[in-house]
Amino acid sequence: MKYLRKNDFIMIGFAVVLFAVLQGLIAGRILSSFWQLNLLIVGINVIMAVSLNLINGYTGQFSLGHAGFMAVGAYVGVVLTTNFHLPFLAALVAGAVAAGILGFLIGIPTLRLRGDYLAIATLGLGEIIRIVIMNIDYVGGAAGFKGIPHHTTFAWVFFLMLFALFFIKNFVNSNQGRACLAIRENEIAAESMGVNTTKYKIMAFTIGAAFAGVAGVLFAHSFYLISPNSFTFMQSFNYLIMVVMGGLGSITGSIAGAFVVTFISAALASWPEFRMIIYALALILMMFYRPQGLFGYMEVTNMRIFRKIFKKGGRADG
Amino acid sequence: MAKELLKATDVSEVFGGLKAVSDFNFHINKGELVGLIGPNGAGKTTAFNLITGVYQPTTGEIQFDGKSIVGLKPYQITQRGIARTFQNIRLFSELTVLENVKIAFHFHVKYGLLESVFRMGRYFKEEEKIEEEALKLLKIFHLEDKAGELAKNLPYGAQRRLEIARALAAKPKLLLLDEPAAGMNPQETKELMEMISWIRKEFGLTILLIEHDMSLVMGICERIYVLEYGMIIAQGTPDVIKNDPEVIRAYLGGEA
Ligand SMILES: Nc1ncnc2c1ncn2[C@@H]1O[C@H](COP(=O)(O)OP(=O)(O)OP(=O)(O)O)[C@@H](O)[C@H]1O
Ligand SMILES: [Mg+2]
Repeated sequence: MKYLRKNDFIMIGFAVVLFAVLQGLIAGRILSSFWQLNLLIVGINVIMAVSLNLINGYTGQFSLGHAGFMAVGAYVGVVLTTNFHLPFLAALVAGAVAAGILGFLIGIPTLRLRGDYLAIATLGLGEIIRIVIMNIDYVGGAAGFKGIPHHTTFAWVFFLMLFALFFIKNFVNSNQGRACLAIRENEIAAESMGVNTTKYKIMAFTIGAAFAGVAGVLFAHSFYLISPNSFTFMQSFNYLIMVVMGGLGSITGSIAGAFVVTFISAALASWPEFRMIIYALALILMMFYRPQGLFGYMEVTNMRIFRKIFKKGGRADG
Repeated sequence: MAKELLKATDVSEVFGGLKAVSDFNFHINKGELVGLIGPNGAGKTTAFNLITGVYQPTTGEIQFDGKSIVGLKPYQITQRGIARTFQNIRLFSELTVLENVKIAFHFHVKYGLLESVFRMGRYFKEEEKIEEEALKLLKIFHLEDKAGELAKNLPYGAQRRLEIARALAAKPKLLLLDEPAAGMNPQETKELMEMISWIRKEFGLTILLIEHDMSLVMGICERIYVLEYGMIIAQGTPDVIKNDPEVIRAYLGGEA
């Protein structure tokens, strides 16, 4: 059991070094502001991908409305910081709670549905959230919400991303997480082993939604203006691509997926049509050659190279 | 203390126009090993699904440990103390053998969500305990070398044994086995029967066993119910069943 903690320390050490390097690049103005913004977006997308993975990859529930929860977090957050001048941390907490509660409420009826039906229902709900926001004049309606304070720094994004990764890694490697995995693998057998499948589906959905809320608050405070158009179905689809590319059921995969997709988007920012063609091609190739995604169910901490470097056997957790 | 651990009274299950189980009356006493036999489509698996809450009886009453379990969800029934295996193996196939067993400890684990995600309190101690107990179960079923393998990669016989190990992890009072020897060769079947007898004593279990292999049922069951077209046509000790003309006609057919 000790190796669990050892892997955690290795990962935290690695993260601190990575943070120092990136922060140095930012402070030294070596990265252009375009790439600085993209660094924030990568971190936010990692939170989105890993929280969607909890629902889609680990629990096996096909959700397609993740951008909707992100929108809820974003709008709750900006109202609190801009209109009520509350501290950023309060906005983050409130965004997470609001999105989490909404996820819980939506989860109760929709998670009875299976497969395609659940996908369609969540897709619809994501769109409903966006359209409702579009019709609330208080938050600027379709024109968007202006005058948002620029609170999101690289440090906030990085450490909240780390928090999300550890939270979800620990969750999936616990009794509760195993219940979710069992649901994905075989719902009838899970139920027959004493797992309250409804409860754990809703739990995964709520946690996933809450982290999408956090990502939304971070996203909104990276800009001066947000509009409901930042949270369309296409965004939800983007997050799904990250998860599927990286591997449904791999945290390492979600990180990789978020990186690849964000950088492809950034590199092709001026040719958005190209982007969709590349995604489509990438997904088709993937279906043929690697249907389980880049990492499948694999985690970097389970790989031979990692174990070789850190001289530790046994099956480790993320 | 009720001597009857499980008791079904006038239970019927209708699928559309088909009466899969009709006027089912039976009981299992504490500590018994009871067999449930009958030709294909007789309604044996349906009886299991009724007991475990996968199906709700159209009419009738089922009591476990003196309390009604009709209307409970399958997970609630498992938590009351009934665990089962499946005729068409339902393992968590993309998970390891060890994880398969660990999952079944689910409702015995005593730590909460916060302890999980922040790795505090009872988390490490409980996880160590589960792992130890799970490995012990795997050992009983000769699966300890396969602990790290994906369940789907096990040979067929081993998958059936894993199903039983997993069911035991839920720490049931009553174990329902649906054709546990299906697809096994005679040697494997013999070993399996010895294992079943052994776990029954070791864990103080009550067992209800569905099986096609007559010699096997006759060999280890104390009492047998025979089903045909959803109805119980005979019951009693193996000797009684062997000589029952109804059973010979319906089930043993040409063999007798
Ligand atoms: N969900 C269902 N819907 C409709 N009919 C069903 C359902 N489940 C079972 N049946 C029917 O009920 C009857 C009894 O089936 P059951 O599976 O209980 O038989 P069994 O005794 O277990 O047979 P076997 O030895 O083949 O496993 C069969 O005619 C079957 O087709
Ligand atoms: Mg059957």
